[in-house]
Amino acid sequence: MISISIRKKLNMAGGPADLVVDAELPLQNITALYGPSGSGKTSLLKIIAGLTQPDEGFIQVNNEVWLDTKNKINLPPQKRNIGFVFQDYALFPNMTVEGNLRYACSKNVDEELVKHLLVVTGLTAFANHKPATLSGGQKQRVALARALVRKPSLLLLDEPLSALDNETRLQLQQELLQFQKEYKFSALLVSHDIAEIYQLAKSVISIDGGKVLKVGRPAEVFGFATNAGQINLIGQIVSIDNEMMEVLADQRLYQLKYVEGLSVGDKVCLAFADVKKIG
Amino acid sequence: MELDLQPLWLTFKLATITTICLLVIGLPIAAMLAQSRSRLKPVAEAFISLPLVLPPSVLGFYLLVALSPANAFGGLLQSWFNIRLIFTFPGLVIGSVIYSLPFMVHPIQGGLQALPESLQEASWTLGRSKTDTFFKVMLPNIRPALLTGIVLSFAHTLGEFGLVLMIGGSIPGVTKVASIAIYNEAEALNFHAAHIYSGVLLAVSFCILLLVYIINKRLVKNSLAL
Repeated sequence: MISISIRKKLNMAGGPADLVVDAELPLQNITALYGPSGSGKTSLLKIIAGLTQPDEGFIQVNNEVWLDTKNKINLPPQKRNIGFVFQDYALFPNMTVEGNLRYACSKNVDEELVKHLLVVTGLTAFANHKPATLSGGQKQRVALARALVRKPSLLLLDEPLSALDNETRLQLQQELLQFQKEYKFSALLVSHDIAEIYQLAKSVISIDGGKVLKVGRPAEVFGFATNAGQINLIGQIVSIDNEMMEVLADQRLYQLKYVEGLSVGDKVCLAFADVKKIG
Repeated sequence: MELDLQPLWLTFKLATITTICLLVIGLPIAAMLAQSRSRLKPVAEAFISLPLVLPPSVLGFYLLVALSPANAFGGLLQSWFNIRLIFTFPGLVIGSVIYSLPFMVHPIQGGLQALPESLQEASWTLGRSKTDTFFKVMLPNIRPALLTGIVLSFAHTLGEFGLVLMIGGSIPGVTKVASIAIYNEAEALNFHAAHIYSGVLLAVSFCILLLVYIINKRLVKNSLAL
């Protein structure tokens, strides 16, 4: 079990507030950390990694105490067995792909593991390339492989896939799941993509304004849409032309019959219940 | 007429030794300033930048006073260690190091601050010490800034005049560097020698700067994209 209980004053989206998190993460599972921007997700990750100091707190991973402000225990990031995958990848530009992995191994390089990680991430051909020459997806794979090469007890992922295009993101989600099955690591994944969380995480911690709102399985936390038997799309009217109007919902334009009394800019709810098989 | 090459040799010796000293002193200072969030940081930065705006003669005058054996600090050096810095080559080195300090510290500090914070954080989370991180991750990724610092310090020391004159005087073979030799020769209406010294300094300075701009262009193109 991984226990986290911390408190820290932060400047958040809505002004100064306390980040207060008491949570237990299951071992060998991916837990998602969900919340709007500026709600303290990255700060929490950095506190767990030891990169930011909380005002007070207690962190224990696999019976090893990393932080206990009451007993003046505070391991530096180097002593916490973590893997941290940054949003901007944070690959070392002066080292090759393989160099990045080897740097993470410190003194005893596990040649087998380095080779294996390069193979599974499909980076063997790029082993001697500098990060600047790689695509976004490849960079993220290097960052992931670099974090895994140390066999961390806890993998911290800060919106690792948010900068990638949709196709690459879906592919990397699958690869991340494969990795998780193979190495059985425990992970805390920051994401504000609900579909991604459903894909990857067994449990979710939802936070806002520095406070934990809900903890549980994704279905419990996000809940089901209330109107049973009917799907609702929330959208906005972007243009009205004669009898028709255009509504933007979920990044798509829908052309619909104009309904009396509506004007451009109004928020509308599109409801439908027909479901047909298309493939 | 025989041209005395000693002032040129002395100039390059002074610039080389000063640059090496500055690298050793400037790196930790730049690293500390880049990391620091102290309220006293602006005071330290202002102090280091003083030589940029102060007339070299002012700096030279204070150093002369401080290092003179007739005063407390200089007297202490003289009586305890039997070291005399005024009108000696080591004295010139000390003066030059202080005089060129901002030219080493500023580019390196700027380079370090421009690196994303996540680079060093990533290195720490990978179990690497702060020293390892500094020499293997931070420094190699600010090569253009490092090169700029080294070359500007070197070139700036070549061009020193007022400070050298104040604390070094013009002792042939000891403290008479090229810039002072030019002044002396011109004063003695010996334009031929002044021309040669000046020409060498001009050519060397231009070539050094040209080299830096060419190398920097290539380094920036190759390395800085993350």
